[in-house]
Amino acid sequence: MNIVETLEKEQMRTDIPDFRPGDTVKVHARIKEGEKERIQIFQGVVIRKRKGNTGASFTVRKVSYGIGVERIFPLHSPFIDKVEILSRGKVRRARLYYLRKLRGKAARVKEKRF
Amino acid sequence: MVKKLFGKKMGMTRYFLEEGKSVPVTVLKVGPCVVIQKKTREKDGYNAIQVGYGHQKENRVNKPLLGHFKSVGAGCFAHIKEIRIEDPESFNLGQEIKSDIFQIGDIVHVSGTSKGRGFSGVIKRWGFSGGRKTHGSRSHRIPGSIGCSATPGRIQKGKKLPGRMGFTRVTIKNLKVVDIRPEADVVLVKGAVPGSRNSLIEICKI
Repeated sequence: MNIVETLEKEQMRTDIPDFRPGDTVKVHARIKEGEKERIQIFQGVVIRKRKGNTGASFTVRKVSYGIGVERIFPLHSPFIDKVEILSRGKVRRARLYYLRKLRGKAARVKEKRF
Repeated sequence: MVKKLFGKKMGMTRYFLEEGKSVPVTVLKVGPCVVIQKKTREKDGYNAIQVGYGHQKENRVNKPLLGHFKSVGAGCFAHIKEIRIEDPESFNLGQEIKSDIFQIGDIVHVSGTSKGRGFSGVIKRWGFSGGRKTHGSRSHRIPGSIGCSATPGRIQKGKKLPGRMGFTRVTIKNLKVVDIRPEADVVLVKGAVPGSRNSLIEICKI
């Protein structure tokens, strides 16, 4: 394996659970305010996952007070404390950009039944 | 004390620092460089050491050079370079200089040969803005007027025009060393360095 890949593998996190687009997740993000550090929770639907070793990222979308908010997290960032999976979604696409145009009841993702 | 070493560019990636920040880094394989010859002011007119970098098969080296390598007995090298230093006598022939001369937080200059772009136009080469793309315009990527008429009757010297671009020596100054791995001869610097992957680079501590 080449050096760049080895370095990347070293930095990758293994404690993040395997989730997919359509899943509803709770991201515990560490936030630094001056000296203090606190944890902020961002809960929403994963609308895309980008591949890549250390460059991998995912986007979480939620609707807050009627306004759509999307946040992109680097998957292997130390700023992510943990990711909780609340529910698995049943979707037919890898990128759920169509959710941006939908509001209210239509913007829900069907839950996967096992 | 040597301040300069030779190495290879391995590629770019992102690196998470201790505090969690992500920085773009270039991975450089630096050294080991082996001292092949000592040059002194009395004999050669200047003080320097000649170093070899990169393994080379013996059958790929011509005979005069092979003799030069054999006198040291540290194998054959793909690149031979000189490093100017004050005290060449403090080094031994065959001594390896490794990447541990650099430390995390050092500021370095990195030189290399930039990627060749071939014969390029003024937009790529000099950053001209070009002409209109639509509305009947026929001047899309051409340089436009390049000078006056009968007075002075010639083009100004140094006018920016299309031509060969890249494949020149470029130095990027003041890059920060983010991390080093002495066991793998790897140095990580923040930012980009000239050249393609596997190209020879020169890394210099200031």
